Amino acid sequence: MKFDSYEPGDFYDEMFLAKNQPRPQAAPLIERINALSEGELLQRQQAAQIALFKLGVTFNVYGDTQGTERIFPFDIVPRIVAADEWEQLERGLKQRIQALNLFIADIYSEQKIIKDGIIPAELIYSATGYLKPCMGLKPPGGIWCHITGTDLVRDKDGQWYVLEDNMRCPSGVSYVLENRRVMKSTFPQVFRSMDIRPVDEYPSYLLETLLNLAPPNLQDPRVVVLTPGIFNSAYFEHSFLAQQMGVELVEGRDLVVADGYLQMRTTKGLQRVDVVYRRIDDDFIDPLAFRADSMLGVPGLMEVYRAGRVAIANALGTGVADDKVIYAYVPQMIRYYLGEDQILANVPTYLCWEPKQLDYVLNNLDKLVVKAANESGGYGMLVGTQATPEQRQEFAQKIQANPRNYIAQPTLCLSRVPTLVDSHFAGCHVDLRPYILYGKEICVSPGGLTRVALKRGSLVVNSSQGGGSKDTWVLRE
Amino acid sequence: MLSRVADSIYWLNRYVERAENVARFVDANLTLILDSPAGISQQWEPLVVTTGDLQAFQNRYGEVTAENVTQFLTFDPANPNSILSCLQVARENARSIREIISSEMWQQINSFYLMVKEASPGQPLSKLHDFYTEVKLSSHLFAGVMDATMTHNEGWHFGQMGRHLERADKTSRILDVKYYILLPSVKYVGTTLDEIQWMALLRSTSAYEMYRKRISQHRITPTGVANFLILDRDFPRAIRFCLLQAERSLHQITGTPPGTWSDPVERSLGRLRSELDYLTIEDVVQRGLHEFLNDLQTQLNHVGGKIFETYFALHPIG
Repeated sequence: MKFDSYEPGDFYDEMFLAKNQPRPQAAPLIERINALSEGELLQRQQAAQIALFKLGVTFNVYGDTQGTERIFPFDIVPRIVAADEWEQLERGLKQRIQALNLFIADIYSEQKIIKDGIIPAELIYSATGYLKPCMGLKPPGGIWCHITGTDLVRDKDGQWYVLEDNMRCPSGVSYVLENRRVMKSTFPQVFRSMDIRPVDEYPSYLLETLLNLAPPNLQDPRVVVLTPGIFNSAYFEHSFLAQQMGVELVEGRDLVVADGYLQMRTTKGLQRVDVVYRRIDDDFIDPLAFRADSMLGVPGLMEVYRAGRVAIANALGTGVADDKVIYAYVPQMIRYYLGEDQILANVPTYLCWEPKQLDYVLNNLDKLVVKAANESGGYGMLVGTQATPEQRQEFAQKIQANPRNYIAQPTLCLSRVPTLVDSHFAGCHVDLRPYILYGKEICVSPGGLTRVALKRGSLVVNSSQGGGSKDTWVLRE
Repeated sequence: MLSRVADSIYWLNRYVERAENVARFVDANLTLILDSPAGISQQWEPLVVTTGDLQAFQNRYGEVTAENVTQFLTFDPANPNSILSCLQVARENARSIREIISSEMWQQINSFYLMVKEASPGQPLSKLHDFYTEVKLSSHLFAGVMDATMTHNEGWHFGQMGRHLERADKTSRILDVKYYILLPSVKYVGTTLDEIQWMALLRSTSAYEMYRKRISQHRITPTGVANFLILDRDFPRAIRFCLLQAERSLHQITGTPPGTWSDPVERSLGRLRSELDYLTIEDVVQRGLHEFLNDLQTQLNHVGGKIFETYFALHPIG
């Protein structure tokens, strides 16, 4: 199988400038794949899938009766990012995280940005991620968002855009690490010949980031990863990260508040916990402070947290920045808090709560993508270009009933990467989720999760919607 | 170590061991049938009796045939003690503590489970022998991988304790099978047929060769076999060996010196182990082998219950 017949088409292709004309950074890989004998690439693809299955690198699908565990479909043609390009992305992401962090800190204390009229108060208070009980909180070092997974896309002209920020519990980094492990055994020669930046340091950085939150002067702070449990869609990742860091993976039922501290139940009695990397949404983390019906959390945790006796990453309340309406204000935040222009652009966004913009959205539903402000995982959205008139009609009613809850964006033409589909190469649309850690300093893991829309022509890359993934290679200078 | 984690690693090992032992005694029976003289009916019921699941079997299958029993004990997802169910539970336990066990252990249990799941249910009896052999090997492989790749820490000792308590229980049940396998008449006691059955029993515990080497007379006698499988302190499937190992792990966990006790588990397990230390096979025969084994199983259950209460139960904090 060769790339001779591969058509980049009328899209931005990450690997090809034009037909049979690889981008310089991709040339060695293309050459290598073209040199493989017939069928060998397919064999390697299968071997990689089997390896992932045996490793149990799976995710759970809700409401699927055919066995809840699946492997995340994996494609062995990687996506390659040139060094200079990455350098710019990295600067942009750091700037963005810094501004978002200042914003969250401000929102839960002085609220200067509201007082100065940059963001309307009503938008903040109506965001589902805004948590009143977090007012006045002082997380260690003033850092709120320790782990972020920001979704980036690239449009037809090659321009990068930020699609959304995930400040609560972004997932997927485990696939980045496992995909890389499999790729190294699939293409060892290529790894030797190309200068690819390693991703394996992530668990060490993550542990450092978490230890950085521990109360000072503790001899041996105890860090735990808090998971909703084995049935959660990202359970594999929770377990993987705990394992890679060598810390305990705990569920709510393992924890209890006693003597004013968060403690875990061990075979030798209760033991103090100092830092929690939580993978549970805010709403569920403490039934006394938030949702009373939560079985996943720990009663009384909020009080211990407020008293500064346990640190939580990400801090509670950071979800306010995940609201897609708040997202639209990030460029303003960057200017307001940092006095800088944004390096990475937002996708142009229409806010339905502003009457003029609402009119535009309703009149152009066939051209736009509409998203609910607080949904994720590809749920609650309308891809106007692919919807029927009835579906658009139905969505228009939803928007009119609750304009605050909807935003709309032009349909971007996502860039493509050649991907093995039915034993030939087809261009598939991709996005990119890099992972950013904020400890003593801000650190962006080189690469991230490249998600692929495997259904023909589809623009939805989400794993819950049948997407797959690719390894992402960031090259050194 | 988290109570929940200790619980999971304990049951992970118990279930792997259980699957192995089910494979052992079904396989032993398959072999036994081949040696039985024509005219003697196949005896599958004792197998179901000794697992303690006779009622469930009768409700769902009715007739006791080789196909029904092997299906029930091997692939029946509704039987919680079938090999398939055991592996499923073992894997779920492993999945819930992947960050604690080594990734080699996880991979082994995962492939073990996939192997059993893929072995087609309802495959011909002729293929089953190979399948059971593979189950036994996979279980050994798991134990070996665990021994060689996991730090011998508290979690490892909880696993060892689970494995050895389960094995002690299953050896006692396999021995009990002979109680239920009826000879055509009392005349057959001590005949070739009787001896063949005891040999099959030894084989199902991989004890045949070790027995021949160990017992001074080399001959196969009912009391000799019972003595070996109950009281030997060096054979790894003998009940006394298992209890010694379980107790050793227990004291590694608690830090209490052997021969003393500080919690109910140490007391109940220590009592049971020391009883076997001073028992002779004549005492056992006098009490009746079946009665003795029954009582032993009750005491093992009692130890299991104490382990749960002492280390795993999550009591509310008030």
